[in-house]
Amino acid sequence: MNLLPTATATAVPARSRPAPAGPGRALELLRRQGVLAVLLLVVLVSSFVFPAFASVDNARSITVQVSFLSIVALGMTMVIITGGIDLSVGSVFALGGVLAAWASQWGAAPALLVPIVVCGAIGLVNGLLVARAGMAPFIVTLASLLAARGLLLALTHEGATTYLVPRGSFFAELGQGTVGGFGYPVLVALALFALGGLVLQRTSLGQSMFAVGGSSDAATLMGLPVARTKVLVYVLSGLLAGLAGALNAARLSSGVTIIGVGMELDAISAVVIGGTLLVGGAGSVSGTLWGVLLLAVIQNLINQIGSLNSSYQSVVSGGFLILVVVTQRYLSKVRRT
Amino acid sequence: MTHAPLALPRKAAARPDVTRLLQRYGVYLAVALLLVFNALFTEHFLTVANLRTQLVQVAPVVIVALGMALVIGTEGVDLSVGSTMALASSLLPLYLGYGLVPALLVALLAGVVVGAVNGSLVALVGLQPIVATLALFVGGRGLALVIADGQLKQIQNTDLLGLGTDSLLGVPLVVLIAGVLALAVAFLVQRTTFGRQLVAVGGNRAAAALAGLPVRRVLIGVYVLCGMLAALAGVLATARLTASDPSALGNLMELSAITAVVVGGTPLTGGSIRVLGTVTGALLMQLLHATLVSHNLHDSTAQLAQAAIILVAVYIARERRSR
Repeated sequence: MNLLPTATATAVPARSRPAPAGPGRALELLRRQGVLAVLLLVVLVSSFVFPAFASVDNARSITVQVSFLSIVALGMTMVIITGGIDLSVGSVFALGGVLAAWASQWGAAPALLVPIVVCGAIGLVNGLLVARAGMAPFIVTLASLLAARGLLLALTHEGATTYLVPRGSFFAELGQGTVGGFGYPVLVALALFALGGLVLQRTSLGQSMFAVGGSSDAATLMGLPVARTKVLVYVLSGLLAGLAGALNAARLSSGVTIIGVGMELDAISAVVIGGTLLVGGAGSVSGTLWGVLLLAVIQNLINQIGSLNSSYQSVVSGGFLILVVVTQRYLSKVRRT
Repeated sequence: MTHAPLALPRKAAARPDVTRLLQRYGVYLAVALLLVFNALFTEHFLTVANLRTQLVQVAPVVIVALGMALVIGTEGVDLSVGSTMALASSLLPLYLGYGLVPALLVALLAGVVVGAVNGSLVALVGLQPIVATLALFVGGRGLALVIADGQLKQIQNTDLLGLGTDSLLGVPLVVLIAGVLALAVAFLVQRTTFGRQLVAVGGNRAAAALAGLPVRRVLIGVYVLCGMLAALAGVLATARLTASDPSALGNLMELSAITAVVVGGTPLTGGSIRVLGTVTGALLMQLLHATLVSHNLHDSTAQLAQAAIILVAVYIARERRSR
């Protein structure tokens, strides 16, 4: 049985393989930083075409809008790296917002803690069902998508009650305040991405995530805590979605119930566009950040064009998604041969 | 490694235990229990009008779920079905001027094109089904909105509206179509070469390829069928709503369809399709919702119950594989 050596080889994260020389290296670079290149190109060209696009105000508004989705997508990145998927984040995001607005009557600390704890618990249930009961992540998180929406409806008396964040409270400030013109949510998102990047690249936990996604069986043979890693990424995904919802509620000053529908697919799109493989085992948080920004810039450009119906946004996003994954697929084939 | 040896089921069948019975007949049992409960405790449940309403409401879900069952049978999934419904619906007002048949053909053709794109991405490019169909999930609805200019359009064409309201021998046309399609899909799966090939491809793609089966053609065919069925469901839903509403039509349909298929006992891992189970799964979710709502329980409770049913169904199904 030469199972162990081969299995170990597949479990090694793609980015630690020695970079091939020559054209292979350029392809590898394009594969890894292609999204960033596309993003920079789009930003550069549109700055010339639309003077309003390149303004500081516009940059501020894009970054604030994008910060909530990016926090959700950060958790999704880790789940996908382990080979899973979390469809519940949109509902959990909405639930987190309502919980935060409800708890904000007692101050900022409960307003942040309650959504993080409850949404983290939902993530924990997801993780246990996936890792311990061995159920398909797709179905488990589909069920919690429904359940989180149900909880949200129960909490708001079937959507009839809207909880408001007290005006001028510290919690409201957290969503609306700015430092150097950039909103707190942006700074929180950046800090979380830096932290997430460190965890993935520099810690044994991050290594475990890549290994579990590369090959669950091999990771088990290597003695890695597979189940614990899987549970943890779902907990992280849940609590990040809850935190993003809470920040969004602080920004909007209320817990909006009809929010977050379809957000899971936006997050998955951003992660995939960012170069993380849906089969697991490879990916990066920086790619996800570029993916989220690219989606937001596309949306902003379509708004700039004005004459274009906003429906074009999803058409362009869908087109981009196909283009990126097909290119990824092609490049990974080239690399292997 | 994940496939149980072939001899195992026969041995286990010798001693039917509760779990096995639940696996096989749980969904039918649940529907029967709900029917009895409603007959006893729900006012106006056992009326022709109510039963008709329930069946008419569930018909589009059944039609979409039939296509989804085929896709899941090949170890795939199609997230784009809701968008396909919207796309087909958005095309109708543009072509109804030429009559019902041309409009229908265009709408179905849209489903075929969507399916062909999905199938090609899966079979030729080798993308994971979730990713391949995610693109059209995102883009398809946008396309529908672009075509309809973001507008809800009332349908005046009486031929099309007839599809939603007419009955044949007292059975609503929509229900009849769903029933006939269910029979056709069951026949396709059990009695045709294509059906056997698609189950083989879902069971073990590498083995199917080695056995010389046209794996790519089967995969593309399955997604095309799924797209076509979704487009048809979009047409029927439009007829019933008397309007083409590209922004709302088919929302969350992919989840309802996947739920119906999975609750009906078709494993997400492919290689087996339960057509009757799928239809019953859709009925179960519909009845469950109707029961909860008619007993004044809220939407929130209905959604929690739905989530619980999905988890229980999948948990029981999981036992089957580990045995």
